[in-house]
Amino acid sequence: MAEEIRALSAQYAADPSSLVFLRLGEVLRAHGQTDSALKVVLQGLSRYPHLPEAHDLHARILVDQRDFAGAFDEWDMVLRLVPHHVGAHKGIGFLYYRAGEMDRALYHLRAAAELDPEDAGLHAAVERVAGGEEIWETPMPEAPTDQAPHRPAADRRVDNPFADLPGGSDGLLLADQNGLPLGGGSRTLEGEDVSEQAAAALASIAREAARAARLLAMGEWSHLSVECADVSACILNPTADSTLLAVIDAGTPGGQLAFVADRAAKSARAWLERQR
Amino acid sequence: MSAGFEELLEGLTHMRGVKGALLVSAEDGIPVSGALVEEEQAPALAALAATLLARVRDLTTQTGHEAPRFLHLQAADGLLLLAPASNELIVVGVAGREALIGPLRLEMLRIAERLH
Repeated sequence: MAEEIRALSAQYAADPSSLVFLRLGEVLRAHGQTDSALKVVLQGLSRYPHLPEAHDLHARILVDQRDFAGAFDEWDMVLRLVPHHVGAHKGIGFLYYRAGEMDRALYHLRAAAELDPEDAGLHAAVERVAGGEEIWETPMPEAPTDQAPHRPAADRRVDNPFADLPGGSDGLLLADQNGLPLGGGSRTLEGEDVSEQAAAALASIAREAARAARLLAMGEWSHLSVECADVSACILNPTADSTLLAVIDAGTPGGQLAFVADRAAKSARAWLERQR
Repeated sequence: MSAGFEELLEGLTHMRGVKGALLVSAEDGIPVSGALVEEEQAPALAALAATLLARVRDLTTQTGHEAPRFLHLQAADGLLLLAPASNELIVVGVAGREALIGPLRLEMLRIAERLH
């Protein structure tokens, strides 16, 4: 793989106006070098702003980087250029599915499946989203008006990683490194959903904790316990790119907080693995 | 650094595993008093401790809970402890893995109470 990257990089350097940037971007992405892949595809797009395959590659890199809104815009651009682009329909279908917008997801996945009847996996995905094989008998509906999947946090969390745990919807919250809620939830005593605010604060806390551990040469931080008069909380990173908040009543023994947090971290890791 | 504050921290600095203790102004993150094994770390640590506490206060405010009274950051090779005192000072403790968290927590809460 490294050899291929070197060869493609040399070709691209020799002729920056060639389309070899598409192959180079693909290989870098396949190799997990998404930042380099992004740089290459953006350079290519600056020369070929109307090349559908470049926008499609850009979208897939953005999905790897969890920039789903950006990916949607890129695939939307592809469909404006080529309305029957299989990859763009698949990509947008995936984004709608992820956001829980099943009708729109089904439309785009089915459009992709009809354009690529050989893709058995895609056909199975359509049937799974439709809830049965009879989908192929019904006529294709009209194209929906596409809007980037954006819903309130509580609705976006289609699949709760803590569904089976006590406090899974208000005492356990999983956030990504950008401070966006991924699962679980946080509510005030009055019942107000403050998951988005809490997730944003969690990302900042994780950054500060890492800085403090680095300054003191204490190695990786494992958790931050917070004691308030009314609650106790534990903050930890189930994975390198996520942060978990577990909150329990102050009267509960400290050992139980650690137990709850560890259990939630395990569930979060398994859930994140399933999402990838 | 203030001699009165240093006396207050003295018990803490002699506890098992403790590498240093600081009193920090919560508002501007400046060390007010204390002693760290690596003293040149004090200004940076004070600033980080104040920022970390401010971020945790943001979280507890946004989630409708009371202000934090004790923080324990556990890392592979040591721990950082913060006990905010109500007059905008933070008691900061740095300790190695061999430290006993229970007695340290009690001592830091006692100091914070005295600063109240």
